[in-house]
Amino acid sequence: QHIQEDLNTQLFDNLVSFLRRSHSECQEKTTEWTCRMKSREIPAAALILGVNVMDHDLTLKSLSEVLQDNITPYIALLEAKDCPGIKNLMQKLMGQLMNCHIDVDSLEDEDYVQVSQNRIRCSMTSLVNWYKSVTKKTDSETPSKKRASSPRHGQSPPVVVIFKDMESFTTKVLQDFIVISSQHIHELPLVLIFGIATSPMVIHSLLPHSVSSLLCIELFQSLSCKEHLSTIIDKVLLTAQFPFKLGEKVLQVLINIFLYHDFSVQNFIKGFQLCIVEHFYSQPLSVLCCQLVEAKKRANSLSHDQCENIRRLPSFRRYVESQVSEKQVALLTADSVVKEVTQQLLEDLHVYHENYVSVLRCLHVFTSSLPKYPLGKQIRELHCACLENQVWETEEYDSSLQLARMLNKSDLVTMLQQCVEILVSSSGKEFDKTVEKLKEFLTQFQKLEAEAFQEQDVSISSQKELRKKTDLYHLQKTLLELKESRRSKKLTKFEMLRFEVVDYIDSLVRSYLVPADHKTLHEILYFNTASVLRAHLNAAPRTALHTALNNPYCYLKNQALKPDGGSISNKAPDICIVYKLHLECGRLINLVDWLEAFSTVVMAVEGPHADAASSDQVDDIIHARFIRAVSELELLGFIKPSKQKTDHVARLTWGGC
Amino acid sequence: MSQLGGQGCGGLEVKFVPDEEVLKHIADDAGIKVQKDKTQLADSVKRLVKKLENVSDDEAQEILEEKNYVAALGICAQGAVGNDSSVSGGEVYSFQTPKRSSKMAELASELARTPGESVAPGHSKCPEKTAKTPQSSSMFLLLMHVFPLHLQSKKKEFVSTTPYRLRKRLAAPDPYLESESEYSASCSEEEDEEGQKEVGTVLSGQKTPAKTNAASTPLPRNTLAKKNKEDKMTNLVEEYFEAHSSSKVLTSDRTLQKLQKRRLNQQTLHDLLKKAPLAYAAEIEELNQQHVSLFSKWMLQLHLGFNIVLYGLGSKRDLLEKFRTSVLQDSVHLVVNGYFPSITVRSILNSVTEEVLDHIGTFRSPLDQLEFISKKFKEDSSLELYVLIHNLDSQMLRGERSQQILAQLSSLPTIYFIASIDHINAPLMWDQAKLSLYNWLWYETTTFSPYVEETSYENSLLVQQSGSLALSSLTHVLRSLTLNARGIFRLLAQYQLENKDNPSYPGLSFQDFYQQCREAFLVNSDLTLRAQLTEFRDHKLIRTKRGADGVEYLLIPIDDSTLTDFLEKEDEDA
Repeated sequence: QHIQEDLNTQLFDNLVSFLRRSHSECQEKTTEWTCRMKSREIPAAALILGVNVMDHDLTLKSLSEVLQDNITPYIALLEAKDCPGIKNLMQKLMGQLMNCHIDVDSLEDEDYVQVSQNRIRCSMTSLVNWYKSVTKKTDSETPSKKRASSPRHGQSPPVVVIFKDMESFTTKVLQDFIVISSQHIHELPLVLIFGIATSPMVIHSLLPHSVSSLLCIELFQSLSCKEHLSTIIDKVLLTAQFPFKLGEKVLQVLINIFLYHDFSVQNFIKGFQLCIVEHFYSQPLSVLCCQLVEAKKRANSLSHDQCENIRRLPSFRRYVESQVSEKQVALLTADSVVKEVTQQLLEDLHVYHENYVSVLRCLHVFTSSLPKYPLGKQIRELHCACLENQVWETEEYDSSLQLARMLNKSDLVTMLQQCVEILVSSSGKEFDKTVEKLKEFLTQFQKLEAEAFQEQDVSISSQKELRKKTDLYHLQKTLLELKESRRSKKLTKFEMLRFEVVDYIDSLVRSYLVPADHKTLHEILYFNTASVLRAHLNAAPRTALHTALNNPYCYLKNQALKPDGGSISNKAPDICIVYKLHLECGRLINLVDWLEAFSTVVMAVEGPHADAASSDQVDDIIHARFIRAVSELELLGFIKPSKQKTDHVARLTWGGC
Repeated sequence: MSQLGGQGCGGLEVKFVPDEEVLKHIADDAGIKVQKDKTQLADSVKRLVKKLENVSDDEAQEILEEKNYVAALGICAQGAVGNDSSVSGGEVYSFQTPKRSSKMAELASELARTPGESVAPGHSKCPEKTAKTPQSSSMFLLLMHVFPLHLQSKKKEFVSTTPYRLRKRLAAPDPYLESESEYSASCSEEEDEEGQKEVGTVLSGQKTPAKTNAASTPLPRNTLAKKNKEDKMTNLVEEYFEAHSSSKVLTSDRTLQKLQKRRLNQQTLHDLLKKAPLAYAAEIEELNQQHVSLFSKWMLQLHLGFNIVLYGLGSKRDLLEKFRTSVLQDSVHLVVNGYFPSITVRSILNSVTEEVLDHIGTFRSPLDQLEFISKKFKEDSSLELYVLIHNLDSQMLRGERSQQILAQLSSLPTIYFIASIDHINAPLMWDQAKLSLYNWLWYETTTFSPYVEETSYENSLLVQQSGSLALSSLTHVLRSLTLNARGIFRLLAQYQLENKDNPSYPGLSFQDFYQQCREAFLVNSDLTLRAQLTEFRDHKLIRTKRGADGVEYLLIPIDDSTLTDFLEKEDEDA
């Protein structure tokens, strides 16, 4: 089971990196172009990556990999935190360049000596020398190898320096580096790549004109993170290939975190991984959550307990109740029957998914072009809507159908064609008929078109007729007639057909886009506990702390702590009482008053059995308890000692001002 | 436009307050302001009052509608707060309660009363009043909710001086309460009433004192809040600073010294706490059981590349200890006590390199060390390390650089982090980049167990500094000195102790000291004494400062009790 999880996540990661690579490949071509642009200036590429800082790492890494494979072995990735000064930057740069060079060409000791030498006096000149020696060497020693990898760049591959996070570099370092390297640009073909999170303007604000004029900057916009997200959802969630599915709420939570918190695809993936882990951990029947063939095999070898588990699933119970009584008995008693039925149901589910995806895409084709997007622009929104409940009962669906009935012909035809493509490409067997039907629609449309041509001819001829007659009255009359006839004709033919098409799509939706939780055994494949996910990914530690302090009953299920009318009882733990009391104070709190208030409360609890004789003893204990509670509050950051007044503490949190 | 519009609007809005009495309040209020001449608003308010008379009826009608709208908004806001079963923002950040020093005492007495047997007899009025307080405060809360909405909807600027003014008024009763009286439960009631009366008086501008009583408090506050809306232009930032600079925090002047109780030192505190029974032990145990059941899940998730962070009230030390002993027994693990005051990232890294990787040698910088560690761990994938950090948010570790390094360490695939955080603002120390490196999974583990270890290193105000550390260092330093030098120090210490009751004791002047030393045959010249004193100063045993007359005074910067201990010990040795 665990292996399978790993496999799943790995598959997923591969997919993502593939995505990134494909994305960076398009960039790579353009970078290449800048490489060729040789001039006095340093060619530089500014890569606008957007605000999702966490993904940059991945993107740039894949970029540098691609560059390494295709263009040049000399790549250095620099991060701002490694380079507080120009010296560190040079060191880092040299280290990376020479290391990667050694990796690529696996040279012998001689080079190591060189490296160590260079380490000592890291300067641009040494870098240039090194570069010359290396290129010479590679040219002479392994010309074939080098040539193969970089035939397009003439004699020497460029050195690429990537600045990961341009904004966080200190300006001075950057300026110095650029100025120095511009001195050496003749000997050293250097290419800079800046990773920028905000906007291209930042280059100009960071660098003064004299420096930025040394650069020849080309801007590249990387794909927006939203597009990444939709591709991921497209490839992972909307295929029948991956057995694991996300429930509606979970998906909603993930997307919300993505859209409202960080725009990070990486975090989305993390959330998805967590879902997988959580699902496999909490659902004992998740053994069946794998490829269909495997699942069938496993279903066959289910133990008795697992069968019991299946029987306990609410969806399975519903299924059982809908059966005839003898079957019910069989299902509830015999394991073998259960196994059989499970296999059957699993297959049903699989088929359902296949159909679901293709029909969903069809519907998306229709709805995505409607004005105002009643069902959402992105396919993920549509997906959520379909998962949530029966989509055809929603208002949005109605309105979108209404709108679809008003589409013009050319749009309709292209959409139908797209649908046909989707359905043909999908693997479902049941779609032959629908494809035929859709094709039929298409041909009808074509016929209609032909007719319309004819009609046009007719109308033209009639117009010709009209010209002959100059009688105004007649003209008006025939025009009216013409109009009427045309309208009625169109209604009868094109509109009828259009209605038919929309109705057909509607029927498709109704039959295939049933929400998943209406299906039997959906619990096996769908992960639906959004609260867990939210708690782990998007936790609210402040709230938890506050609840614990304000309302300890939430955690300690003791009747004495039950809140009555907003206030906590005096039996609460010490820290809660102290916290409550401190809430009533201003910016500064007098410890003596605080202590007294505390002891008043605590004494009231112990009132009956604390006699005057032992009061001194009790007092000490209360004092100690108070001290503990106060220092705990200090640890939690609610108060801090204050020097403003003796024996006062300052409040730090809400309302402390 | 905004200025004029604001005023106009203000004038309009005054009208819709239907109650004539309320109107009078406002007028009076304006009067006070003119009197006091403190707020720049006075001018506008006067104009407001004038305008009030010539507002036509249809405008009033309009305003009434507006008022309804505002009310509706308010209801919405409250509904939103109310129907959210989880803790809503308004509830969490409840800053609605007025700041009064007596309030604490009041609440205390209220809390004390809850079990039924009233501590102080004869509080027939109390329930009524306390019932009122929440009401008024909730009203205030409601208005606080309305206010921003209102602002947005109207796109006009108002001044929201309420908090400030309220505070000013509410601070007014304090002089009363500041008197030496004890805030015992019974006393505070009376005082409170007086205070409330005072509030009322202030509100109505000291002109209608007969009318005011405690019951009137909710009403004026209501009008006040309404008045808010009529004032123009808000500048929250300015207001914040104003509140911080001008409103003096008035608390009573009592100090712990005046209390008869002696200060407890660490040891006695510990003993006393041991005697005190832990409340709700059974429930806490149950809570812990729930957390313990998650251990295997944690292990799984750790292995899948996540790191785990625990939050929630209560010490999570025991929980992590339990996790360590039950699950991590056979694997390499490192426990970091973040609450320890001298822990550094470097020491953590050192223990990784030295204890786990058996590497001897030093590194130039933590970054180098980190690089070395990551290289080692990448080379040998069978190497696994669990790092348990108690209080990742402690003073020493919360710095940006240390967090960066720890985050990078945690991102290594075979190093598993489990950390606990306690500070309320702890999540603020991580930015997006660090969060992605840490790859946290959050677990709420509220344990309610006391922070025994964590707070023991803190220098609490209430705990007497035991000074054992200072004492031992003192003896250590003095041991290494000559007999004469020890004698010199002794002289100074004794002199200081003799004067310990004199609060304005400046120290021993150098000349006097020299004289004394000579008499005791400890030094023979000015210069030897000076050389000796330099040595003391280098060890921070004494401090010199120049008095007003230019004479050098010598002081030992150690508290008296430690000094006494020291002298006693010296006597024993001698």
